[in-house]
Amino acid sequence: MEKITFASQLLQYLITGLTVGSVYAMVAVGFNIIYNVTEIINFAQGEFVMLGGLIMVFFHVAVGLPLILAFPATVILVTLVGMLLDRMAIRPIRRPSVLTLIIATIAASILIKGAAMFIWGKDPYDLPAFSGRNPITFLGAVIQPQYLWVIGFLIITVITLSIFFNRTIIGKAMTACADNADAASLVGINVKQMILLSFALSAGIGAVAGITVTPISLMEYDRGVMLAIKGFGAAILGGLGSFPGAILGGLIIGSIESFGAGLISSGYKDAFALLVLIAVLFFKPSGILGSIEISKIKRF
Amino acid sequence: MTLRRITVLTTICLFGIGLFISQAQAFKGTYKVGALFAVTGKWSFLGDPEKKTAEMLVEQINAAGGVNGRKLELIVYDTEGDATKTNLAFKKLITKNKVCAVIGPSGSGTTMAIVPVAEQNETPLISCAASYKIVHNDKTGKPYKWVFKTPQTDTMAAEAIYTHLFKRGITKIAIVSVTSGFGASGRGELIRLAPKYGMTIVADEKYGPKDTDMTAQLTKIKGKAPQALVNWSVGPTQVTVLRNYRDLGMDKIPFYQSHGFGSRKNIELAAGAAEGVYCPLGACNIAELLPANHPQKDVTMQYMKNYKAKYNEPLSSFGGHAWDSLNMVVQALSNVGDDKAKIRDYLENNIKGFVGQHGVFNYSPDDHNGLTNESFAMVIVKDGDWALAD
Repeated sequence: MEKITFASQLLQYLITGLTVGSVYAMVAVGFNIIYNVTEIINFAQGEFVMLGGLIMVFFHVAVGLPLILAFPATVILVTLVGMLLDRMAIRPIRRPSVLTLIIATIAASILIKGAAMFIWGKDPYDLPAFSGRNPITFLGAVIQPQYLWVIGFLIITVITLSIFFNRTIIGKAMTACADNADAASLVGINVKQMILLSFALSAGIGAVAGITVTPISLMEYDRGVMLAIKGFGAAILGGLGSFPGAILGGLIIGSIESFGAGLISSGYKDAFALLVLIAVLFFKPSGILGSIEISKIKRF
Repeated sequence: MTLRRITVLTTICLFGIGLFISQAQAFKGTYKVGALFAVTGKWSFLGDPEKKTAEMLVEQINAAGGVNGRKLELIVYDTEGDATKTNLAFKKLITKNKVCAVIGPSGSGTTMAIVPVAEQNETPLISCAASYKIVHNDKTGKPYKWVFKTPQTDTMAAEAIYTHLFKRGITKIAIVSVTSGFGASGRGELIRLAPKYGMTIVADEKYGPKDTDMTAQLTKIKGKAPQALVNWSVGPTQVTVLRNYRDLGMDKIPFYQSHGFGSRKNIELAAGAAEGVYCPLGACNIAELLPANHPQKDVTMQYMKNYKAKYNEPLSSFGGHAWDSLNMVVQALSNVGDDKAKIRDYLENNIKGFVGQHGVFNYSPDDHNGLTNESFAMVIVKDGDWALAD
């Protein structure tokens, strides 16, 4: 076997890091959407990713729907789960404090995980890659076509979201709720509907992340928690509430893990990512792209 | 009397008769055996087949008239892979259910948590976990008095892999392992035994049990150009690592998995990527492949047929550990009854040439595992199924 050069090793670490980071980034974006509108951290975010993967396996592998149909069907179904979460667990709570709502999402996450265990069992499931498994060689590094799908979907998600939040009335209304919910309702924005929409959106994005990552890493009922933790770290690193921050945070954490594992020690790769996170928070408590002014008005 | 009254009275009578019968049966006495398995939680892939196997066996034994004409009752508690819960459940089995012996738990960590309890309460325990520490008291250098175990140790798996590598003339290897107890223990044995087989470990990489991608670790290994790669993990990561290895075009480096790879589901999940992978497996994984004169041929074929017929899913080797443990207890019960001390003595002195799913067991006062290196066979994945490796 030909020996791999150091330069292509570095490139390989970068590609792997960006791919893994893209998934974290998508989870982080999901956190941010709900946080922006409700000021709560939705701990069931990882469960949306898990559901996305497993429901996609059901539609695509078990039912046999083609990719082009199974994909939207899965996203819609998970979106419905997200809306149900809001209607069943978040809205019924009277005079909610932020902490109560967060605890409700933790309960929901345990419930969803348990339900998934009953439906799918404890075994991991596989999904065929979208465009085959023949790796592309690029300057000595190897790229799985699925990696490109993951990164591509992150880019599409980011573009769609920025158009939605900056150019559409509903998007702007949601941003208004984020700034000041009371003022928003005074000008006629239905805040409750915006909250429902935020859960729907972040569930949908979670589903996309789950669908795209399953062909790489398989999916089983209890993977959500780990992804949620990494995604949460990414959201904090980038600055809670900031979309560019979430993307940046995700990609940075993914790359640090990959380079740390490759160049220093794979046993401590999670520790490197957390060290960087702590260091950033030490020097800039609001995250890389977060603003201190905004974080001061937030309750959490 | 109206029709309704008749119905009500008949129902009550039937219930009464039912109660009477069940009490009459209980009066005759049952043999109570406890079981602790990680049926749910992260180690459920161990506990689930173990529970299913044990329940199937109890059903068969009772259908055939029980043990010494008495019914065998299995009381199963779910440990959830948690040491505290295991401890509580074990004490409950001893004090409340008054069992005469306990099989399980599924994991090494949970077993270690109750070894002192078994010693203190003088209750025979046959563990279904791998670590050699379960049957090796570091202070005395001898096994614990009341604790036995059925699975092969990590040492045996590592030796089986090294023997095979040595035969092929390979001396430069790389290790990848998961950062769980299973991976850490296997990695420790690989490192400890390397000098004995003249192996040089050029890379020693790790990954987390829920990691999504191990390309970085493998890229580093690729740069070190080892002659073989040994992976030690369980669960989905051992499939992901295999795929990453294929993607990186490392096919020329032979890939060895630990005995944790011992389920056909893994070959299925790898979707072709498992071809040519070596791993050490116990006889019950490869029942069909064994030559007809192999001592374990009959028991393993029988178990496989029954399990597939009952649960309609492929056999997992982990269930075999429960098979071995429970059948040893049953053999002891039928010979010496349900006295705890007699069961222990019987296990230690009379389990000789016991043909089980994972080997031929010979317990002795110095060996509460009772297996030799021959209990592992080297297997290669060929055409989507196991084949004996040469």
